[in-house]
Amino acid sequence: MSMEQIVDKYFRPGRLPHIWCPGCGNGVVTGCICKAVDKLGLDQNEVVVVSGIGCSSRASGYLDFNTVHSAHGRALPVATGVKLAEPRLKVIVVTGDGDCTAIGGNHLIHAARRNIDMTVVLYNNSIYGMTGGQYSPMTPLGSKATTAPYATIEQDFDVTELVRAAGATFVARATTFHAQVLADVIAKGIQHKGFALIEAVAACPTSFGRHNKMPNPATLMEWQRDHAVMKAAWDKMDAAKREGKFPIGVLYEDNSRKEYTDAYEELIARAQGGKK
Amino acid sequence: MSRILLLQGNQAVVEGAIAAGVKFFGGYPITPSTEVAESLAEKLPLVGGKFIQMEDEIASMGAIIGASLTGKKVMTATSGPGFSLKQELIGYACAAEVPMVIVNVQRVGPSTGQPTSPSQGDIMQARWGTHGDHWLIALTPASVPECFELTLRAYALSEKYRTPVILLMDEVIGHMREKIELPDNYDEIPKAERKRPACAPADYKAYADVDGDGVPPMADFGNGYRWHVTGLVHDETGFPKGTPGATVAAADRQYHKIYDNLDDIVQVDEYRMEDAEYAIVAFGGGARTAYETVDMARAKGIKVGLVRPITIWPFAEAQMAALADKVKGILVHELNCGQYVLEVERAVAGKCPVCSYAKYDNEPATPAQLLAALEKSLAL
Repeated sequence: MSMEQIVDKYFRPGRLPHIWCPGCGNGVVTGCICKAVDKLGLDQNEVVVVSGIGCSSRASGYLDFNTVHSAHGRALPVATGVKLAEPRLKVIVVTGDGDCTAIGGNHLIHAARRNIDMTVVLYNNSIYGMTGGQYSPMTPLGSKATTAPYATIEQDFDVTELVRAAGATFVARATTFHAQVLADVIAKGIQHKGFALIEAVAACPTSFGRHNKMPNPATLMEWQRDHAVMKAAWDKMDAAKREGKFPIGVLYEDNSRKEYTDAYEELIARAQGGKK
Repeated sequence: MSRILLLQGNQAVVEGAIAAGVKFFGGYPITPSTEVAESLAEKLPLVGGKFIQMEDEIASMGAIIGASLTGKKVMTATSGPGFSLKQELIGYACAAEVPMVIVNVQRVGPSTGQPTSPSQGDIMQARWGTHGDHWLIALTPASVPECFELTLRAYALSEKYRTPVILLMDEVIGHMREKIELPDNYDEIPKAERKRPACAPADYKAYADVDGDGVPPMADFGNGYRWHVTGLVHDETGFPKGTPGATVAAADRQYHKIYDNLDDIVQVDEYRMEDAEYAIVAFGGGARTAYETVDMARAKGIKVGLVRPITIWPFAEAQMAALADKVKGILVHELNCGQYVLEVERAVAGKCPVCSYAKYDNEPATPAQLLAALEKSLAL
């Protein structure tokens, strides 16, 4: 399906143009979600997209599914309620680096711990864009931001390691430069039965790049191209060569752990069978 | 057929929820409401429902919002500190008009306060706890049987008016044990259901007042109506629209859907008010003291009765104004520093004296204490 056909099918008529700045990566990520849904042939009536608050979270309003634009940081609890109440629905969470790892950080580790079946697409633009460029827990150490005029002194999260440690059973990363890889790993995440997180590295020229000597969208895309390494190649690199770079692709997958809503159905059967 | 049980107020709430058809509970442990969560953890799986202990109070609210969007009847339960945390998403549930029942078993505050002591200090928070103008319903039971009845009623109102309903308990009622007669078979209890769209999915506007009653039909997620839920100001399509016109239209509809139906929503009970010259206004645990005080005062020849608001919000404005025309004086008794009395004073508007017996020492009043306050404040 061409991108034009994707837009016609999966974007709500009359809701575009979007609010994102020229050069923003959010449109690419959102397009990749639609490509993944299309590739899997999911019924739009059976898909629920839950977002939080921030630039990326505005995507839910543009997409033609059952959609919730929830409160700041709270996409995962709302998604948990939808999924546990109606396990047949496919739940996709759209969130940003600030939304998901700062104000929503507690929800993130617990959703991962439960291994509840949902696919989190974390649009990582390294900054709070909507409020004008304040540093987030995923702003790279030493970057400038409107609240870090002397550069950040806080170590940033590697969210893929964070959720893996917390219990996620599918973890992937891609960038908007590697859009084919991104659509592919989102599709794999949706297919995975359990908690899946995909970090989508997205450019924010307006609020991140401008403060960090990369005001041109193309420069940010080149940065993605030059710093991302496919997982297979990454595995063969030594520590010195990995310095400053990051792996993309499916980083971790474990199909041995029980999924939460399946476990709950078993609990119901046990309870109704009279056994505690 | 029915059965007679000895139950706590909190357990009667659980029975009421199961009888109403609750299918989802999201909660977090907190005294003195924890029995609600514990009991639903056991009972919900037996009726095919889901219980989840979330990572915090905010997440509990998020989970029940999500579950309600799939068409389920949902509940959470908490107390003071947790009620404060829930306010963020209570506002969301008001803005997005998501039906749910929130149980708040009040304890002494502010902050950690006194977790095991009774209070009615969240009266104003129940109305104005979240930011911005909003409208919701709060009910206060005064006995264990009424915990059951008002939980059923909370679901009926929540589904009918598409609004969060707060079941505003207090520690006295939550932990008190009383006799209660319950039907054996809850299937015989009529189940309240929200209005669902009759139109085709393509014609569905999630916030359109199609029936003129201010309550838009609400589709279940997954039933073919793909709609958008947001806490942003939105128009009848449900999509964000922040124009002055859309903002006023949304606020006015949400106000009118509740405040045009006060006859249906506001309940006030009376005890020995037929010939009363004075009235005690009290509710929840405070009302339990007042029944006895009325009898003691009557024995002394004082013609006093009890006016007991069952619906705390919306405020029983017309009833209190009418009361002021009937009696020579009103004493408002509440377990806080004086919150509900402010509303009574506003409604009475000087037509008769309004006094306050505000008790905030971690203990409920004795009937003798309330009688002494009545005699002193109204100079009887």
